[in-house]
Amino acid sequence: MLKIENLKVSYGGIEAVKGISFSVEQGQIVTLIGANGAGKSTTLRTVVGLVKAASGSIVYEGEELTGLPTDQIVRRGITLVPEGRRVFPDLTVLENLKIGAYTRKDDLSQDIEWVYSLFPRLKERHWQPAGTLSGGEQQMLAVGRALMSRPKLLMMDEPSLGLAPLIVQDIFSIIREINRQGVTILLIEQNANMALRIAEVGHVLETGRITLSGSGAELLSNDAVRAAYLGKSK
Amino acid sequence: MFTFTLPELLQQLANGLTIGCLYALVAIGYTMVYGILRLINFAHCDIFMMSMYFCYYFITVFSLPWPVALVLVVAATALLGVVIEKAAYRPLREAPRISLLISAIGVSYLLENLATVLFSGVPRSFPAVGNMQEMVEIGEVRVARLAIYAPIMMVVLLVALLYLINKTKTGMAMRAASKDFETARLMGINVNKTISVTFLVGSALAAVGAVIWGQKYPQIQPYVGVMPGLKCFIAAVIGGIGNIKGAVVGALMLGVLEILLVWRFSALSGYKDAFAFIILIAILIFKPTGLFGETFVDKV
Repeated sequence: MLKIENLKVSYGGIEAVKGISFSVEQGQIVTLIGANGAGKSTTLRTVVGLVKAASGSIVYEGEELTGLPTDQIVRRGITLVPEGRRVFPDLTVLENLKIGAYTRKDDLSQDIEWVYSLFPRLKERHWQPAGTLSGGEQQMLAVGRALMSRPKLLMMDEPSLGLAPLIVQDIFSIIREINRQGVTILLIEQNANMALRIAEVGHVLETGRITLSGSGAELLSNDAVRAAYLGKSK
Repeated sequence: MFTFTLPELLQQLANGLTIGCLYALVAIGYTMVYGILRLINFAHCDIFMMSMYFCYYFITVFSLPWPVALVLVVAATALLGVVIEKAAYRPLREAPRISLLISAIGVSYLLENLATVLFSGVPRSFPAVGNMQEMVEIGEVRVARLAIYAPIMMVVLLVALLYLINKTKTGMAMRAASKDFETARLMGINVNKTISVTFLVGSALAAVGAVIWGQKYPQIQPYVGVMPGLKCFIAAVIGGIGNIKGAVVGALMLGVLEILLVWRFSALSGYKDAFAFIILIAILIFKPTGLFGETFVDKV
């Protein structure tokens, strides 16, 4: 579905991504884990066109994405839940959901109901400005907003950041549920433990390179990964 | 100083309201552009000036019937606004905001000098449009028809604008882009197109303002936009820049206060313009965000 080959990205002379290759198959949950500054966010931002690639290719359903503007990429069925949620604070919850469906012209009521069924809290608060929601609710809204575009590939940048452990559990079980309903997911996380548990495939990024790849279960039991990202001693 | 008759007061209020409506039409352009780009578009007052020249050419020089001319004036002005944004502001999208501001000042001088070269510095008289300059009497109050048309025009355009912004997809895109370009792009919004629409609408409103302004002050020269432009900028700041309703309220306040000042303190009438700046200074000191300014605190 998505095939990234030898992707390099630079920010003001610094190479943040130094030639990575991986692919995402239809229906999978794929995760990129790694420390701050490893290039995870940059990779996702490049896929969706917010950052321009220096070289390499990103092919989605047979089409080259590098060079396309973000709004065109979103129209092709890829969306990104940005780091830090970034809901529109003075739009209501419902307006935030509607704007998520900006590219669509058909009836939205079913999708809104679907998002409300995933996140009942949003239904209760549909009239509130999004800025008044708690952090966890804003994250739910950010995910719901992304789903409103009916993405085929949903990318998420640190959805658990700054959330209480119980809410993190909720978010991850909903990610699984969304995947079961047919949405392919590319997830980046510092919470490697949770991410690897739900992912079919994981890649470990270190300073702009993929140093290790494997199934979620393999990486969870890998000693190096355990020591570096799961806080367990060897 | 407090002896006057009711008709006198109404007369002055009508004058103030007319001026206020003109200020409002131009102030909206400042506030819309600020809302989306965080830019004080110094060229806006010169777009206003160019619009007056367009009107002069279409009506006086090409002798088009005024309804046709007005449509062309609004279209040409809107186009000018969009072209300015594309040429002078879009290339600086990622640049620091101060570069954008300097570019705006540059465009302002460019237009003023271009107008001097093209149309010469000799003042031209603004053509009468329809019967707007005709006087009518309502009870004991005598006003030009303009004083009736201006508020109607302003209210109709304001309602249309608020509908566009709050109820349509384009408006939704404008509101989203004004908060966060990047997230707006992630929603599939074409931010450049949205900004173009903002300039289109703001400039078109300035064109309507320019035509009515010309009925009240029928003289055009290349610097004619400067003072009304500053006043409208002040009006936008009074209301809280970025807020459309605020700009309208600020403009009406400024228009009415100015006229009342000149009326009651005629000795001070030479200081009419200074008065507007005193209000600006006071607002900046005591309520820097303006009457309706944003005080929203983002949650981190």
